Amino acid sequence: MVFKGRAWKFGNDITTDHITPSRYMHLRSNLAELAKHTLEDLRPEFPSSVKLGDVIVAGKNFGAGSSREHAPTVIKMLGVSAIVAESFARIFYRNAINIGLPLLICDTSSIKDGDLIEVDLQGSTVRDLTNGVEMRFKPLSEEMLKILSEGGIVNYVKKYGDLKF
Amino acid sequence: MRKGELARSAMDQTLIEKILSRKCKRNVCAGEIVIVDGLDYVFTHDASGPLVLSKLNELGGEMKLDPNRVCVFIDHVVPSPSANISNDYRALKGFALGKGVRFHDQGCGVCHQLIAEHYASPGDIIIGSDSHTTMAGAFGAFATGMGASDVAIALKTGKTWLRVPESMKISIEGELPKGVFSKDVILKIIGMIGAEGANYKSMEFHGSAIRKMSMEGRMALTNMVVEAGAKCGVIPPDEETKRYLEEMGRGERYVEIESDEDANYSDEISIEADGLEPMVALPHNVDNVVPVGEVLGEKIDAVFFGSCTNGRIEDFKVIDDIIGGERIDSSIRAIATPASMNVYLRALRSGIIERLMSAGVVVTPPGCGLCIGVVGGIPADGEALLSTANRNFLGRAGNPKARIYLSSPATAAASALYGVITDPREVM
Repeated sequence: MVFKGRAWKFGNDITTDHITPSRYMHLRSNLAELAKHTLEDLRPEFPSSVKLGDVIVAGKNFGAGSSREHAPTVIKMLGVSAIVAESFARIFYRNAINIGLPLLICDTSSIKDGDLIEVDLQGSTVRDLTNGVEMRFKPLSEEMLKILSEGGIVNYVKKYGDLKF
Repeated sequence: MRKGELARSAMDQTLIEKILSRKCKRNVCAGEIVIVDGLDYVFTHDASGPLVLSKLNELGGEMKLDPNRVCVFIDHVVPSPSANISNDYRALKGFALGKGVRFHDQGCGVCHQLIAEHYASPGDIIIGSDSHTTMAGAFGAFATGMGASDVAIALKTGKTWLRVPESMKISIEGELPKGVFSKDVILKIIGMIGAEGANYKSMEFHGSAIRKMSMEGRMALTNMVVEAGAKCGVIPPDEETKRYLEEMGRGERYVEIESDEDANYSDEISIEADGLEPMVALPHNVDNVVPVGEVLGEKIDAVFFGSCTNGRIEDFKVIDDIIGGERIDSSIRAIATPASMNVYLRALRSGIIERLMSAGVVVTPPGCGLCIGVVGGIPADGEALLSTANRNFLGRAGNPKARIYLSSPATAAASALYGVITDPREVM
């Protein structure tokens, strides 16, 4: 799986309250509406301007906080192909893989907002096509790649009938 | 796994390795992936429940897990402020009654408090669709938060997969000084190690200060381990755990589980309790922690007493002791939300609720209240809120233009009295 898109650069400690603010909890059964508020407290233009294939690029501890699976879900719904960060909070990491959104861990310091990014999941590389820098991330495990290629763990369990790993 | 490793893990285990080994009926050690069959409790609530139900429906809607081990709580936004939300609640209630699972409706209290009052016991494996599920680790249980898909799969299959976490040993020796509480201890630790200082790990608490701490105090510690990124927090069950379980009517479920002396810890931290001070987390990160002395006199507009971190009877007793018969400062809007109906009734019968109301505090029905920021006193633009809850993220109390400070109930009560951040040691 290879994705290409523009980088949306964020800093450290982006929380699930930044991604899906608690005040929109009344939209929790209406994900399409909830998605319109994704990350709006940090970048109000994000939900309306993000394009299919774009990549979120961040620093440390992306996704800290709540267990709300809505957070990776609305990011994926808006067309984001992957999140590249220096580290992720545990629950967000598991949730994102579970809904089929790839998360990749590597040094993101050289990537600038708006750079054209290419992510190769099998090849374990993130290429910044704007500045020519290539970074390698720790390869995803076979189980994770399987879950991602099925489009999430619910599809995986539907297909295999159980947790097989 | 190599032979030597098996021998080591069989001999010397951390508390979380012990708990998971009991459940898996073999010796497991950090780093291993295990499938846990026989989950003790799986729960969801109004905030993530609708997504759990939709995932469960995608999986066919069948539930293999024993309904007695499943709980549904309506706690985040109560009483419901809108028809949309009420419709979600009706669907959750319909699911709960249809499947015969344990259902705690609007006003019963926060899920984690109800898990503590009714369910959690040493050795349990508990997963909930809420990050503060870690709180039940105070009982010597493995308890962690997961998302809707994982919870739906646990309901469907009765199982979950886990990576056995590495453990960070935190030893707190000595006596907490007057005016310093477990909330100050956990804020201090989060400030020391940072918001991802324990990412993926189990935080295991030891030491004489922990043994002297009540279960209610211990719960504030394990509640907030997730704010340092931890997967879980655990405290070895002891006489106090037994006392609490007996008080809650399930003393027979007490078992002793202890980590081995030579267990393998990824990190070890020692803290002298006697040297600790009241701490405050400044906006907008929980690890942005300073001693109260650094922010004395900062003007606040509102105070929130409550949440799964600090909305228990012990907390309300401390608040009542400090506020006493005084009136809170006229510039302050103070809101108290007991963590459960049980807490509310005990505070009511002992006169605390009446005294707080006479002091000018608004008391709301039990629930998550202002911590989640949908109902219950959303701050205005530019206002500062001092909260006893667990998160001060931007927008957390419902307004991204407000600032949130976190402290112990004692610091919050003293500050409500004076209208500015105040050291509780000066008024106790």
